[in-house]
Amino acid sequence: MILDLIPITLRMATPLGFAALGGIYSERAGVINLALEGMMLIGAFGYVVGTQASGSVWFGLLVGIGFGVGLALLHAVATVTFHAEQVVTGIGINILALGITEYLLPTSKQVGGLPHWQLPFIGSYSFIVYLLPVLMVASHILLFKTPWGLRLRAAGESTEALAALSLSRTKWQYIGILLSGLLTGIGGCFLASEVHYFTKGMTAGRGYLALAAVIFGNWRPLSGISACFLFGCATALELTNRWNIPGQLLNSLPYILTMVVLIGFVGTSRPPASLGKMKP
Amino acid sequence: MITRPANFCQIWRGNRELLDIRKPFTSLLQGKIPQSRQLLLNLIPSLFAIIGFFLLCGVIVYARGQNALEFYSIIFSSGFSSFDEFGYVLFNATPLIFTGLAVAIGYKSGLFNIGCEGQLYVAAFATAWIGIHLNLPSFLLVPLCIVAAMVAGALWGAVPGYFKARYGAHEVINTIMMNFIAFALMNYLVTSIYQEPGQMIPQTRQIYETARIPRLASFLPVLPDSNPLNVSFLIACACVVLCYIFLAHTRWGYELRLVGNARDVASYGGINPRAVTVWVMALSGAVAGLAGVAEVMGYRYRYLDSFSSGWGFTGIAVALLGRNNPFGILAAAVLFGLLNKVALDIDILLNIPRGLFFAGQGMLIIWLVCIEGISRKKNDT
Repeated sequence: MILDLIPITLRMATPLGFAALGGIYSERAGVINLALEGMMLIGAFGYVVGTQASGSVWFGLLVGIGFGVGLALLHAVATVTFHAEQVVTGIGINILALGITEYLLPTSKQVGGLPHWQLPFIGSYSFIVYLLPVLMVASHILLFKTPWGLRLRAAGESTEALAALSLSRTKWQYIGILLSGLLTGIGGCFLASEVHYFTKGMTAGRGYLALAAVIFGNWRPLSGISACFLFGCATALELTNRWNIPGQLLNSLPYILTMVVLIGFVGTSRPPASLGKMKP
Repeated sequence: MITRPANFCQIWRGNRELLDIRKPFTSLLQGKIPQSRQLLLNLIPSLFAIIGFFLLCGVIVYARGQNALEFYSIIFSSGFSSFDEFGYVLFNATPLIFTGLAVAIGYKSGLFNIGCEGQLYVAAFATAWIGIHLNLPSFLLVPLCIVAAMVAGALWGAVPGYFKARYGAHEVINTIMMNFIAFALMNYLVTSIYQEPGQMIPQTRQIYETARIPRLASFLPVLPDSNPLNVSFLIACACVVLCYIFLAHTRWGYELRLVGNARDVASYGGINPRAVTVWVMALSGAVAGLAGVAEVMGYRYRYLDSFSSGWGFTGIAVALLGRNNPFGILAAAVLFGLLNKVALDIDILLNIPRGLFFAGQGMLIIWLVCIEGISRKKNDT
């Protein structure tokens, strides 16, 4: 009964989770990333185009990730090197990605999906689904238990500390944004590989939802991904239409919850101190 | 707790001087033109952006193996070959003028209103609701519908403003969240409660005749009756002028800009930045809401689910391209209105997908913010 919600939840939460992880890396390094939506879209596009061109899903995955990183590079150059307004750049990138993919829309041929792994007790899912918890724990360790993570976070929290260590804020912000493109690109590939084709605007706001999960999870990998599973569960409930709750209510629940968390009614959500600040 | 400084009167008098309407004219008469020169300098990045955009499009068309000159002639003829064509351009521009102004009002005060899309949906629905349920004479119903739209938009904008002022929650995130909540809520209302009976399309009934605003074709004989350009375009033009006067020559406009430029100075001068944040977001939402009026009262005469093709987001590009100046926004909106029309025509005539113009629009935004970032960096150092 309740168990058959699990497969849908996992499928819905996985692309969100990858994008949210990406968002965490970027925002922890102090760069607001509204471009998640565009990166995910172009990742999905890259997967379909790459797979169609070569016939190999692995090449498609590579192309998808490459496109995601390419778009992230554009975000990084604009925001870090040219000090462009991060919010507006993100919106611009989303429109750009929407436009490019619509312009170059591949003919709707079916493409193969990424391989599914059969595991005992769990079932058969795309290997990307299993990758998410691994990356979640790895990211947590990387961000909070290693000097590398401390430096990345310093770029977003305390630029003075970074300057005192004579480390370049620019470099760490580039790392954060490019990682964000890589992870979000994987999320997009998963999205396209599950449905086997690309349609224009197929991400349908998932990038923004992932951003909501980042905030809901207080910019932390473990709670951020948990938020993705919660949001995925809301979508699963909507799709299975159980208990006759209006779908739109379940649909907007993640956004309402995020606002509530953001204003501090339930728990607290504190962004990195110099998030969005341009000057060191 | 902010107390008024002893020399508050002095600051106040200083303000008044800044607000002197005659100042640009007197400096012109004295032979000084620093202001207009500054204005021209401000325009340069936008002009480069537009020229670069058209050149790039031409190169892409050429690379596709098509005739770039034909492409340019189609752009020209699709916008300017007749009053009818130009009427469509202005019709496309109308909602973008409103959303562009809305974004600029927020931006002048240091706030990003990314939520125009949600605000205009809520406003459009409020207008349609009033127009469907109240059968009043036209002189009452039309203003009532417009006010309803503005109030609904203002409320939808004020909530993120209040959260920003009261809890310090970032308005960008909250306006985005409010967008999605608005989409879901409006979708629910229009599909579950107010859907036109016996129809599969998610739309409401038509509003009463008295709630409609006339098409310009009914006064201007040069426009054919099929042309959808309507009085809402004139409302938009009036809004441009009002916005200009409001921002540049009133106390409230001054407060708004002061909070945007120097928050501490504003609070020292006795302005409450938090209150300003709330009313600026409300005002921005109200102006964005007028885009819903243009749609419901001027064109479709009903609420259709997800009618806007990203006007709220295009408004950001319009405001950037117009350098947040109301008249610049008017020009930028007309340009985007032209692009939207051309996009359809080249899709039909040259078989070039519309996405080309979306991609170009994205590039335009990124280019303009980069220019702005570089110039800000230069000013800082």
